[in-house]
Parts: sequence; structure tokens; C-alpha cells
Amino acid sequence: MGEAGRVRDGLREGWRAYRLIAGMWIRSTMAYRLSFAMALVSGLLVTGLDFVAILLMFSRVDALGGYSLPEVAFLYGLSATSFGIADLVIGSAGRLGSRVRDGTLDTLLVRPAPVLAQVAADRFALHRVSRITQGALVLGYALAATDVDWTVVKVLLVPVTLVSGAVIFGAVLVAGAAFQFVAQDAAEVQSAFTYGGQTLLQYPPTVFGKELVRAVTFVFPLAFVNWVPAAYVLGRPLPLDLPGWAAYAPPLVALACCAPAGLAWRAGLRSYRSTGS
Amino acid sequence: MGSVRLYAAVAAGSFRRYATYRVATAAGVFTNTVFGLILVYTYLALWDERPQLGGYDQAQAVTYVWLGQALFATLALQGGGFEAELLERIRTGAVVIDLYRPADLQLWWFAADFGRSAFQLLGRGVIPFAFGTLVFPSALPADPLVWLRFLLALLLATLVSFGIRFLVALSGFWLLDGTGALRMLMVTGMFCTGMALPLNAFPEPLGGIVRALPWSAMLQMPADLLMGETGALGTYAFQAGWAVVLLLLGRMVQTAATRRVVVQGG
Repeated sequence: MGEAGRVRDGLREGWRAYRLIAGMWIRSTMAYRLSFAMALVSGLLVTGLDFVAILLMFSRVDALGGYSLPEVAFLYGLSATSFGIADLVIGSAGRLGSRVRDGTLDTLLVRPAPVLAQVAADRFALHRVSRITQGALVLGYALAATDVDWTVVKVLLVPVTLVSGAVIFGAVLVAGAAFQFVAQDAAEVQSAFTYGGQTLLQYPPTVFGKELVRAVTFVFPLAFVNWVPAAYVLGRPLPLDLPGWAAYAPPLVALACCAPAGLAWRAGLRSYRSTGS
Repeated sequence: MGSVRLYAAVAAGSFRRYATYRVATAAGVFTNTVFGLILVYTYLALWDERPQLGGYDQAQAVTYVWLGQALFATLALQGGGFEAELLERIRTGAVVIDLYRPADLQLWWFAADFGRSAFQLLGRGVIPFAFGTLVFPSALPADPLVWLRFLLALLLATLVSFGIRFLVALSGFWLLDGTGALRMLMVTGMFCTGMALPLNAFPEPLGGIVRALPWSAMLQMPADLLMGETGALGTYAFQAGWAVVLLLLGRMVQTAATRRVVVQGG
């Protein structure tokens, strides 16, 4: 069997384990329907207020960094939905640090299923769909309110961007989880990149300093979650005067992000020493 | 005199407890600095578009951002202090141990939370603030007396912050599950303290309302005092007024709550 075949089997096995564990957690969540509904509604409110902060700003100004409210809503909708998808699928991995600290990761290691799939599906929280819903609502508003010359390419680029963005954020979450093998107490560093990144992407790139934009384009390519493709869709110059084809790059960037995240995860898992007793 | 020593020991112990987690503290400093950077750029763009928004110039808006990051953990602006722990103790029943200690519940937890605040101001607040105000143009006073007045305002702010969170924690006696209450604390903390946007930049009449609520005593008022936008006496009166109201309310709820406690099991 070739390398490709092994990878394929590994993925299939991981997906099967993920589906089984996530399904179990969904059934267990649904045993408390009212609690689930409350978590869903409050999640919608909390994430919704996030957008209210932007509305408050726009109650005092007409544009921010040259972007109008619908255009900022477009940026917001893309990044919030992508992040919501990544958070739903793999967000549980963020709690790895506590499993490392109390040694319960050992249980996952002896099970015949990929550890990453188990960690990602652990305590699968279906109520996180509230973030996706809220992001999608804002995105819907933005699509209705912006004045875009839609072409076939632009229409296709929106869903492609959403999926690529989710993969990029997913890679960040996996890398963050890997980091927790080394520094269990540093879980908060991860929020600088995930929540911080999402906050950053809500605002137009024109707002930020050149160095910061350069860093999140070339070093830590969050810019491809929404800034670059959205600038193309909105008919604005791409950030940092990137060439036009860069707007189609998100899927490639997303794939490229998976490699270092996967390597980091492997290195982290290999360095794991149980708490001992 | 003995009880003062007791609460001082509780506060010191809490200070040391938080000081133990050095990596977590460093992680917090990093995160606050990153968030500060993001906010500073958006505020600069906002004030570019609308100079003198809320009566601040750009340097003041920048200073406000870094002060917010410094006080974020110190005053547990969106939660993250003792309240989750007390809620959990109420849920599990361990609060009974707190109740038969020869110490007052409210004072005990205030001392513990004060120790945490003191550590987080020094360990987590100072570095992002120093970094931000050195790198970006800022509006800091040169007069040491203003800084002293500011410190006193911070002290009163810890009372208000504790007062709110103590009530949130006591809600556990009735609700048992504190998830919802903690979420509300987070949301109010984000909006009413001015972490999302300075309260003086809110559109009216919303701005007038949030500025009258106790949350404005935590970040907005100390910031205005530091930057010379408001006088000390008015600030202290507002803060002390809300502190007294909240702490008395907390005391009343505490009395009602402790009557309800039923120790489960045998």
C-alpha cells in the first residue's frame, strides 16, 4: 500500500471515530433539550452583540478605513462563519491542556482511533452552531446590502472562501492544541490567535499598520480567510497590492496551513509524558 | 485587629496563588497586548473619521485602549475572578465550609479577590500598558498626584467590580447552574464597562444610560480621571455610591441565601 493509501485509510478511520464520538455527544446533549435551547439562544445573543459593537461604531461614522457598513459586515460575516465552522468541528481540542494536566489524555491514547479525532470530537458542543448562524445572518445582510458586480467567479468564491477560512482557523486550533502539550497553562495564547484573529478580520485591512497586515498575510496567513478574497469581490484593491490571482489563493493557503499544523500536532503528541503517579 | 490580619492573610494567599502560574500570566500578557494592538488600530481609524469623538483626541483614545487591557484581568471586567469558583462551591455544596468558617463570607471572598486583582494589575496589567503607551502616542499625566488619585479610583473600582460579581455568584443559590449568569456578566462586561467602545462615544440616549450604571465606575471613570477629563470628587462619589449600594445588596442577598442552604447527604 502506498503513502497515499495509508493517508486515505487514516483519514477514513479518523472520520469514523469522529462521527461516532460526536454523535454520542449530540445524543447526550439532546437529553436536555431545554438546556440546549438556552445555550443556543444565549450563544446567538452573545455573538450577536459582537456585531452590535460594530453597529455602535457606525452610528457615529459612515465609513471605517474607507469601508462602509455593509462592506464591513461582509468581512465580519465571512470570518465569523468560517471561525464558527472551525470552532464547531474542532474547537473542543482547545481543552486539551486540562486533559494533559490531569492525565486523562491517557484514556484516549489506548483507544484504537486517531487521537486528534478523539480530542476534536470530545464533548462535541452542537450549540456552537449559534456562531455559524449569527455569522451567516450578518453575511446574508451584507450580500443583500452591498453593491457588487456579481460574476460567476465571485459567486463561487464566497462558499470557497468560507470553507478555506474554516480550514485555516482549524489549522490554528490544531496548532494551538499542540502547543498545549508543551505549555498546558498557556491556553490563553491560543485566544490571541483565534478570537484575536477573528476580531482583527472583522475590520478592513486598510485600518491596520502595514507591518501587521504583512504579518497576517505572509507569516500567519489569516488574511486569506476574508481580507484578500473579500477585497476582490467588493472590487477594491487587494491589501498590500497583491496581484489579482491572490484572490483565488485561499484553498491553496488553507491546504498549506494544514501541513505545519499537522507536524506540530505530531511533535506535540510525541512529546507527551503522562502525569505519572 | 485579629480579623484584619485574617483577611490580609487571605488576600496575600490569593496573590501568591495567582503568582504561581507564571506561564498562564505570560500568556495573558501576550493576549492582552495582541487585543490592544487590534483595538488601537480600529480606534485610530474611528477617530480619524470622527476627530474628538466622545471628547477624546486620538492619543486619549489610544490610552483608553491600553488602560482597558491593563484592567481587563485586574477588575475581571468580563468575569474571570472568584465568581466562577464560588458558584461551583455553591453548586457542589462546598460553600457550607465557607459558611462555618469563623469569617464573613462576603469579606472572605473580597479579600481573596482583592489579592487576585493586586497580582493581576502588577503581573498582567503593567506590561501591556507600558508597551502600548510607549509605542503609540498617548495622553498620560506628568503630575504624580493625578496618578495617586487614579490609584484611589482603582481601589474603589475593585469594590464595585466585586459587588457586581458577588451578586452574580450568589445567584447560584437559586439557579444552581451558573452558566447563564456568567454569560450575562460577560456581555454586560463587554458593553457597559466600555471595553467594546468608550462609553462617552456611545450614541445618545444609550450613552447617558450606560454612563449612569455601575459598570462605568470600573474603566470609564478611572480613565477619565487619569486623562483629566473629569474631577476626582465626582468620580469618587459615583464609585463609592454604587459600591455601597451593591455591597449592601450583596449582604442582604447573602442573608437570604444562607437561610436557604440545605446540606445534602448525611
